[in-house]
Amino acid sequence: MFRKMLLGAAMAGAAVLGMQPAARAADSVEVLHWWTSGGEAAGLAVLKKALQDQGVEWKDAPVAGGGGSGAMTTLKARMTAGNPPSASQMLGYAITDWAEAGALADLTPLATANHWDTAIPKAIQKFSTYEGKWIAAPVNVHSTNWIWVSKAAMDKIGGPAPTNWDELVAVLDKAKAAGIIPLAQGGQAWQEATLFDSIVLTTGGADLYQKALIDLDPATLSSPAMHTAFQRLAKIASYADKNFPGRDWNLATAMVIKGDALLQVMGDWAKGEFINAKKVPGQDFLCFRFPGTQGTVTFNADQFVFFKRGSGALDGGQTKMATDIESPVFQSAFNVIKGSAPARTDVSDAAFDACGKKGMADLKEAVAKNTLLGSSAQGYGVPPAIQNAMSDVITKEFEGQITADQAFAEFPKAIAAAK
Amino acid sequence: MSTTTIDPGAIPRERANRREVLQDWLPRIVLAPSFAIILLFVYGFILWTVYLSLTHSRMMPVYTLTGFDSYERLFAQPSWWMALKNIAIFGVLYVVICVGLGLTLAILLDQKIRIEGVLRPIYLYPMAVSFIVTGTAWKWFLNPGTGLEKTMHDWGWTSFHFDWLVNADMAIYTIVIAGVWQATGFCMAMFLAGLRGIDGEIMKAAQIDGASTYATYRRIVIPALRPVFLSAFIVLTHMAIKSYDLVIALTGGGPGNATELPSTFMYSYTFTRNQMSVGAASAVIMLMTVAAIIVPYLYSELRERKQ
Repeated sequence: MFRKMLLGAAMAGAAVLGMQPAARAADSVEVLHWWTSGGEAAGLAVLKKALQDQGVEWKDAPVAGGGGSGAMTTLKARMTAGNPPSASQMLGYAITDWAEAGALADLTPLATANHWDTAIPKAIQKFSTYEGKWIAAPVNVHSTNWIWVSKAAMDKIGGPAPTNWDELVAVLDKAKAAGIIPLAQGGQAWQEATLFDSIVLTTGGADLYQKALIDLDPATLSSPAMHTAFQRLAKIASYADKNFPGRDWNLATAMVIKGDALLQVMGDWAKGEFINAKKVPGQDFLCFRFPGTQGTVTFNADQFVFFKRGSGALDGGQTKMATDIESPVFQSAFNVIKGSAPARTDVSDAAFDACGKKGMADLKEAVAKNTLLGSSAQGYGVPPAIQNAMSDVITKEFEGQITADQAFAEFPKAIAAAK
Repeated sequence: MSTTTIDPGAIPRERANRREVLQDWLPRIVLAPSFAIILLFVYGFILWTVYLSLTHSRMMPVYTLTGFDSYERLFAQPSWWMALKNIAIFGVLYVVICVGLGLTLAILLDQKIRIEGVLRPIYLYPMAVSFIVTGTAWKWFLNPGTGLEKTMHDWGWTSFHFDWLVNADMAIYTIVIAGVWQATGFCMAMFLAGLRGIDGEIMKAAQIDGASTYATYRRIVIPALRPVFLSAFIVLTHMAIKSYDLVIALTGGGPGNATELPSTFMYSYTFTRNQMSVGAASAVIMLMTVAAIIVPYLYSELRERKQ
């Protein structure tokens, strides 16, 4: 309640500051984002150009840092100072938190006019709407239960693509025997948690995932299936080379690109690294779903929120930007570059490569089967405090500080303590 | 200050008075802005943090007091205990090794050797490097896949084994290594200055009395360096507690949470985990730790000066 009042005051300050442009000649948008790396920046340039063609001035406010923690800190500071940007990139629960604080502009009229309701999957709408109103424009759907495989390494060890856990272990063993690093792993908590998402999914399907990692049902968290999942995490950790702690995800991807390692479990942003290295899907590298999770998609969706300024309604620049983001042309152009699937499921897949087409088809399948699930590791399953409590335990097990049994026992306790 | 020395005939009494008032007030007026700024931005925000630690603030500050709940939650976090254990290991080793090595280097350099002017800056130079650079360089050097171990293997010493950076039990010691590398030269410079301040006559007197070099240093020089020890101790302790960038660059708090320190804990809880009140509580605990060390020091220093 007090937070609302405080933000109200901040907003009033912003309103006063935003008053002067009564005689402003053109629209402008100031956009806070963390898309600063090659592929991401190229994707955003598509939006920038589309807006500039409509006469909207683009003021870039990038704050580098994957996952946006730096950008979110900047946003809090600007908000407290009463000077919010026009729009900001945002993820998961942060959107709900800002909506609850009353800071976000209502996009419902635009959404209704452009059929966002039917085009955007319901699982994503859970984060794009608040109390029945649209407050965010989703750009893409990253799915995180992918495996990226070096074709050269796979040819060397032979055999078909694994379709379940046991086959995956068999393939990893063969790679080890052939002197290839079986698993390219980055040693940061979020990467290990991303891997754990997939392990839970393959161990107990969408049902276990939903109950354990999203609903946080205590009985499920202490069930034998979760015990198996933690044992499998320890098992798969044994296939990483010993130098993985602290490694960035893109360096792990580079190991697969160079053929030093067989595979990496990572979200579809990894594809951008392959493309940048001039590798061709199907020819130089393979993409398939984590064995045993075909038909299910764990997602992480980049969205844009718009801050209330002046009267509280969207200004011209904001309206144009939100409309452009949800236009099929932009959704296609951006996601071809970024490696993700469009947030709108009614966009043509013609421009996408093999992995992109598969990603879009899988997404449709998951939507139809109701198995599109938020990635807990990426902040789309549970709020940040719990998400981090989970990854604390996962990373401790993965990096050998505690055993699978200890992690299994500690996991529900850590979640309870963070609630 | 008094006006009795001024000839009353030369300057009219009133003007002299005015000048005196101005002289009295000028330093205060000049200092006032910086004083006000420090009051607000240091002490004001300390109070704000203390206040926040008594609330339930999550993403943004809230101002409803809820008592010491955040402190209870803080001490229920396993990673906070990890952070406390790590700061104990890191703090003690960092201070002791820096002081020990610094003193040794200073004594050796003080033997009137030829190229002291060249050696001194070489040892002092790491202090000029930022913690981020130190951390990154040591990360490359200590990583078994890129640094020392790989080089040794490439040179044919294949049994060489040094994986502390990626070993959860040993990773905290790599932070000690990098920290010591950076601060030892600074310690050395402090001790060297201290050594140069010791009266040469005393040393000569000791030699005439037949004291060995060892006895001279043990009984005369090192006791005379007591104030330097105190300064080095204070400087190093607060640097240890503040260490953040070094850890972030070197290990990122990992493997797992093996190198979590109170400072990294405070940042992640306040700014990335939306548990601002817990983060504020940890900041208050850190402040109290620093105060527990600095306040007795300041007290003893100020008392000595008065005597």
